[in-house]
Amino acid sequence: MATHPGGLTAAPAVRIASLVREFAGRRVLDALDLEIAPDEFVALIGRSGSGKSTLLRVLAGIDREVTGYAELTAPENVSVVFQDARLLPWKRVVDNVALGLPGPGATERAGTALAEVGLAGREAAWPVELSGGEQQRVALARSLVREPELLLADEPFGALDALTRLRMHALLRRLCARHRPAVLLVTHDVDEAIALADRVVVLDGGRIAADLRVELPAPRRPGTASYAALRDRLLTLLGLDPALDGLPEEDALPGPADGRGGPAGPSDRAPAPESRENRTERANGERA
Amino acid sequence: MSTEVSGRAAPAVEAGPERPRSGGGPRPAPPRRRRGRRLGPGRPIPFAWAIGPLLLLAVWSVGSAAGWIDERNLSAPWDVLATARELIEDGRLQEHLAASTERALTGLAFGVGVGLLLAVVAGLSRLGEGVIDGPVQIKRSIPSLALIPLLILWFGIGESMKVITITLGVLVPVYIHTHHGLRSIDSRYVELAETLRLSRRGFLRHVVLPGALPGFLLGLRFAVTSAWLSLVVVEQVNATSGIGYMMELARTYGQTDVILVGLVVYGLLGLLSDGLVRLAQRKALSWRRTLAD
Repeated sequence: MATHPGGLTAAPAVRIASLVREFAGRRVLDALDLEIAPDEFVALIGRSGSGKSTLLRVLAGIDREVTGYAELTAPENVSVVFQDARLLPWKRVVDNVALGLPGPGATERAGTALAEVGLAGREAAWPVELSGGEQQRVALARSLVREPELLLADEPFGALDALTRLRMHALLRRLCARHRPAVLLVTHDVDEAIALADRVVVLDGGRIAADLRVELPAPRRPGTASYAALRDRLLTLLGLDPALDGLPEEDALPGPADGRGGPAGPSDRAPAPESRENRTERANGERA
Repeated sequence: MSTEVSGRAAPAVEAGPERPRSGGGPRPAPPRRRRGRRLGPGRPIPFAWAIGPLLLLAVWSVGSAAGWIDERNLSAPWDVLATARELIEDGRLQEHLAASTERALTGLAFGVGVGLLLAVVAGLSRLGEGVIDGPVQIKRSIPSLALIPLLILWFGIGESMKVITITLGVLVPVYIHTHHGLRSIDSRYVELAETLRLSRRGFLRHVVLPGALPGFLLGLRFAVTSAWLSLVVVEQVNATSGIGYMMELARTYGQTDVILVGLVVYGLLGLLSDGLVRLAQRKALSWRRTLAD
């Protein structure tokens, strides 16, 4: 790592201290501190507007108007997977993966990366010819072929159906085990966070409301008592009563009762703005 | 915990009972409609595009044969065909066609080059846009043909005036559509290029130019039409060769058959070149699965 020439294994891949980001006077990230160890998989969860994507954009270097920080260290080699696969529609799949790869043999390396995500033989396809899951796998290949020290993923599976998402979880776990980048996965899906991460960080109101290590045995299956306990804890931190399993009920969810019930996961429901303050307190209380 | 399991599986399970509700609850199947009035234009007729032209040709032929149309105003279709053959046999048509094509292509090449360059500069830098966009928009509101008197004063009545007039006519549609294509490139692709650390050149080559290609090709279609249009006009201004010169000469001798041959050639050139650009469009944009034209 460029910033830690000492080469200590304990030197974190990401070190953020007192990061502030304001949009038109509104504090989206409020003196945020975060460290991520090399090859650590961190899931970042939080409600809509909690600052998850903003933090990720800062680390990706796309955000050039950071308001302030005491320390902001990220590796030189960072890859981003967006929620949409973001493939250039005018480039064939293999050229999308090889895009911007330096040196000769870029196409071969891209082909190898495609084989790794199970898309061998589809090199010459156009992005429009692929399904949503396949496109997202191409995006994963494009990220990993660069051998990043830090992989940033912004709700990468949010647009996929439930079955495809489970397959992608397994794939991502496999790929991370092989390439061992530090990972920051932004998600609003508590189950996704538990299934994949070594650590779950809960963001609320631009601050870290909780930072939990996931210590569950290898196949993390929902249904075990320890899984359920962690899930309940995270849901509570997100301001939901786990006993209700996220179903809207007027006294459980303050603010206007939303009629948006339905097949969406329990944790992606944005709360009414006026209820946030009060919940932040609760979450902070939990942390203390 | 059973609640967790059902919560996870919710999307698949709830999709089922959701569907009949969208139909508006339990309701008997609607009776089959019988007296539906068709409001659309109906089913397409094969070769419908040929009906109008053939009808026109028929009226022209009948009128000429019956003597209703004065030959001094409009030659008969067969006379036009015979004249065309004569012109081809003694090589005059080819000679004029070559002169016209050369002019049009030179003007087109300059216009496309300059229009593309201006569009890229204006599309990639705010300063470039400030400098370039205004003048081009002003030029757009002045027909190139209205500039001919000034261009004659500046460049004389030779070839350069003719090529410059065509260039000016071509430049505007190429610039406008390419610039629009550039500006409508999804900003998410720009973000992607930034995270992939693409160089300025790589960004131009892999994102900007291919992204602007659909707009450029559309502009090219307009440009080709515009090139032929300008050609017609400049060839009637003191030219000594070209299809327009041939027609102008025929006017002084009252040869309507030659004029008609010239018109048909112009029409065919327009059709052919538009077809070529459309072919190029189809080839270059094969990544778009839905191609309207």
